[in-house]
Amino acid sequence: MVEHDAGGLVTASLVTAEMEQLLGRDYPPVTYDVERSGIRLWARAVGYTDPVYYDLSCARERGHHDLPAPPGFLGHERYGADQEIGSQGPPIRGLNPRLTRSLNGGTEYEYHDTVHAGDVLVATGRFTNYRQREGSIGPMLIIRREVVFRRDGVPVVVMRATVINH
Amino acid sequence: MTTQRYFEDIAVGAELPPLRDVLTPRRLVMFAGAALDFYEIHYDRDVARAHGHDTLLVHGALKNALLGRFLDEWTAPGGGVVSYGCSYRGTDRPGTELICRGTVTATHHDGDRGLIELDIRVERADGTVTTPGNAVVTLPSRG
Repeated sequence: MVEHDAGGLVTASLVTAEMEQLLGRDYPPVTYDVERSGIRLWARAVGYTDPVYYDLSCARERGHHDLPAPPGFLGHERYGADQEIGSQGPPIRGLNPRLTRSLNGGTEYEYHDTVHAGDVLVATGRFTNYRQREGSIGPMLIIRREVVFRRDGVPVVVMRATVINH
Repeated sequence: MTTQRYFEDIAVGAELPPLRDVLTPRRLVMFAGAALDFYEIHYDRDVARAHGHDTLLVHGALKNALLGRFLDEWTAPGGGVVSYGCSYRGTDRPGTELICRGTVTATHHDGDRGLIELDIRVERADGTVTTPGNAVVTLPSRG
């Protein structure tokens, strides 16, 4: 699954045997709670003025049973006292111990239904592709991952992301 | 709230009205809490400098979310975002104006749903595109 980009001088594979094993395999599911206060905070941070994200009566007038979640907001993962927040699911760095730094390459969301306050989403993530190339910042491992968010077992949102380890 | 736009009125090549915003450090901290992203490079200048940056960096995910708002405001109240995404090609600093822009690249129907494909981007005031992407949104029909 390693593509050698034209012009890239890749002499050794950055994809370890462990990474090959992980490819396409689901990580343990992570539970996300979508709450009204999280929706309001996200909406304020991003600059929304539409009352549908703040006011329950407005949301109901517009046909929602609760506050809808703005694009990109999928609630907050449930974490414990002993966990680094955001550490569940596929990691963003450390797959190849030689590459200690990580860059966020991009994010895509595909919606199959609207997410609302009160939803409990179960997210299963996996790595879907590895590429490597030589760049100005040295050897780069370009990792694609996909996380499916399900509500009552039905996919609601698919998130795809690219991280670059270097 | 803006007036509803309708699928039939949208032509390929049309430009969306730009969204302009200045993301202050306060907004970055609010977003850190909303997104549960506590990477210090977004709110601790010392850490940002230790990583070779001259100041704080805007979260890529916040620019992604801003593009989501740009699309949401264009389609509301009767339409919505079907899919969207962007690449983080360049970093942006808080306190500067960022502009979301979009161009219609295709329109088609999926059953009775009117879909609009768009090229979208976040750019700086000088026109540098730091965050290009694309999207599919839906708008209601006049019918």
